[in-house]
Amino acid sequence: MSVKKPAWKELNEGDVVEAGTAVKFETGDWRSERPTWHPEICIQCLICWTYCPDSSILVENQKMTGIDYKHCKGCGICAKECPVKPNKAITMGPERE
Amino acid sequence: MVNLKELSTRQDPLTGGHRMCPGCGAPIVVRQILMATKDPKVVVCATGCLEVSTTIFPYNAWTIPYLHNAFENAAATLSGIEACYQNFKRKGKIDKPIQFVAFGGDGGTYDIGLQSLSGAMERGHDLLYVCYNNEAYMNTGVQRSGATPKGANTTTEPVGKVKQGKVQWRKDLTEIMVAHGIPYVAQSIVGNWADLTRKAEKAFSIRGPKFMNVLQPCRLGWGYKPEDTCELGRLAVETCVWPSYEVENGVYKINLKPKNKKPVVEFLKTQDRFRHLFKPGNEHLLEEIQKEVDRRWEQLLAKEQSTAIAIKGGENK
Amino acid sequence: MAKVVAKTGNEAMAEAMRQIDPDVVAAYPITPATEIVMIFAKFVADGLVNTEYVAVESEHSAMSACVGAAAAGGRVMTGTSSQGLALMYEILPIAAALRLPIVMCDVNRAISGPINIHCDHSDTMAARDFGWLQIFSENSQEAYDSLIQAIRIAEDPRVHLPAMVTTDGFIISHCMDRIEILEDNEVKNFIGQDRKTDVKLLDTDKPVAIGSIDLQDYYFEHRMPVAQAMKDSKKVILEVAQEFGQKFGRKYGLLEEYKTADAENIIVALGSTCGTAKVVVDELRAQGKKVGLLKIRVFRPFPAEEIVQVLSKAKNVAVLDRSDSWSGQGGQVFTEIRSALFDTKVKPGMINFIYGLGGREIDLDQIRSAFKALEEIDKQPMVSYLGMRQ
Repeated sequence: MSVKKPAWKELNEGDVVEAGTAVKFETGDWRSERPTWHPEICIQCLICWTYCPDSSILVENQKMTGIDYKHCKGCGICAKECPVKPNKAITMGPERE
Repeated sequence: MVNLKELSTRQDPLTGGHRMCPGCGAPIVVRQILMATKDPKVVVCATGCLEVSTTIFPYNAWTIPYLHNAFENAAATLSGIEACYQNFKRKGKIDKPIQFVAFGGDGGTYDIGLQSLSGAMERGHDLLYVCYNNEAYMNTGVQRSGATPKGANTTTEPVGKVKQGKVQWRKDLTEIMVAHGIPYVAQSIVGNWADLTRKAEKAFSIRGPKFMNVLQPCRLGWGYKPEDTCELGRLAVETCVWPSYEVENGVYKINLKPKNKKPVVEFLKTQDRFRHLFKPGNEHLLEEIQKEVDRRWEQLLAKEQSTAIAIKGGENK
Repeated sequence: MAKVVAKTGNEAMAEAMRQIDPDVVAAYPITPATEIVMIFAKFVADGLVNTEYVAVESEHSAMSACVGAAAAGGRVMTGTSSQGLALMYEILPIAAALRLPIVMCDVNRAISGPINIHCDHSDTMAARDFGWLQIFSENSQEAYDSLIQAIRIAEDPRVHLPAMVTTDGFIISHCMDRIEILEDNEVKNFIGQDRKTDVKLLDTDKPVAIGSIDLQDYYFEHRMPVAQAMKDSKKVILEVAQEFGQKFGRKYGLLEEYKTADAENIIVALGSTCGTAKVVVDELRAQGKKVGLLKIRVFRPFPAEEIVQVLSKAKNVAVLDRSDSWSGQGGQVFTEIRSALFDTKVKPGMINFIYGLGGREIDLDQIRSAFKALEEIDKQPMVSYLGMRQ
């Protein structure tokens, strides 16, 4: 389904774009693997948050609250960097069973 | 230094929804560096992966003011913005502190952007230039740059029947920047958030020109699984392929000294771009690379020693 | 109260810049424009202006820094010539696309090769497709006046395009002339104390991205505003000229019609050559010949309608181009005028003289011969090279 794009007169002068409009572009459908968060063993170190290339680890009041699946690309860095042992607090699994 | 919990309360300079590859190190560099300061920021990006993927009209992944001009002039463009800021400050039109940061890939920094970078550093503008160094022109499909290491397979110095990848050693841009005599120069990696954040904090606290060269593993151009981006950055430090160090007012300090220096093949064997080096007949290349890594590492240790003595008067931390 | 002073073209432009007192000047030296930024740098050193002067390491960086400073909301100027302008070519269209009202002193000098430091229009003509306004000056007075007007024109919200004001290298830039300059406050009142703009990169509370990449679905639409602004700028140029004339007495327009009203044979030219041509026109008129000179002051936007109005009444026209477009079909001004006349039912005969390349002197005799040629226009080739050793 195609969205009608603006006519030239409707565009901002000088091709200026407001901040943060990329949020509307959902890269979540890029995934072939999906991360699952296990909050019960999460130590809230926030290492996954700092290393997520897609700003997709959700944090509120200095605590991780979840994963933004609309944008997460399933790269697996969060799972790889998670320091929790012996089982990681984020594990990767197939996007589709 | 600020901790992760405090950092997590700060504004993220990027939103999700940009088109960087899964596992790309560049947005990690951007997020970790920019979040190291609470000051307002203005960013200029050189043409390259970061610029293209974060601003495909009308999708803008930046949450802070951003300007893209062309490929080779991020430093010059940022100089202009900073000059206008200084002017407005003198005139009383603006009084808040603003940190000016340029991001350029190794292509737009080592090669085509070198002149513009050198000029900006020489003029002493109050700005930070960050090179997100993935060691090739990645956006156009992995062409060799001055930052590409010897032996790497790229599309303009490819491995073939008579050639084994890049012939030349990589240019040492960090040392070129040190030679400019600017107050702060640093090398870091994707994979050690504390190292990168502390250096960015330090840079932001200094008024004057600053330069950071951050090794950014690229899963596409280097050939590895996306989840290994951070691990490869750390491995580059552990093998001394990419030392983590800083030079503040001419004094060298190596920040991460590997307890047990790993042989360079540990780094090379993890990436497709070096796969050919392990074929029989290429052993001499592996030896040459190890020798050169060792030589540069020894040289760096010596510089740390000598500048500590020369400038700090004998104190060797 | 106007002051009469002796100034070269470069000095006149530097003086205008001093009175404009831009926020940022990013500049690099190149003959014959160097003096402008040199004199201006002395103003900075003496505290006569409040400008941030960025002594960049190349012209490419000069224009890049200008783009940055203008995007930050500053009033920005620079100056260059020839190879310097050529080095800026990559960034000029970006400045126009981003609608940044940068104003540049462009001292016309031949483009290499061979390398040549003297006057011709090849540098400016090669930049005609980048979306910049281009205003040519016949002499130092025009350069001074046009530079001041250019700030108003460029910053007008109906325009928001960068502008270059040219002088002829060495001929005007280094030639001492008598000019009238305005008071400092007259200039400031005319251009406005500060540039007014909505988009400011330094406005960190309203963050925006400028310079996004466009895919096939947006580039075309993003180019249209430049086309529209170029069209709309004609009106603004005339409005500003009218106000300037009312306030300060000197009249300007898109063209200058010198004795063309009943002229049968007309020469068209730009820049300093017009001064020389006017002498020949007067001389021939005294002999009873019906001749005239059409001077083009504004080349971009191209004043097609206005040119057609003047030339369609003439019998024979010779267009003098101080540059060649190497198309085999004549110089840039010639081909654009021919295109403008295409739809006119009654067209004059038209020939092209390419002259003065690399500072080759154009004198009274050459212009006399051009008018002579118009008397036997059917015997002339469409394009010839005037003053060149055959």
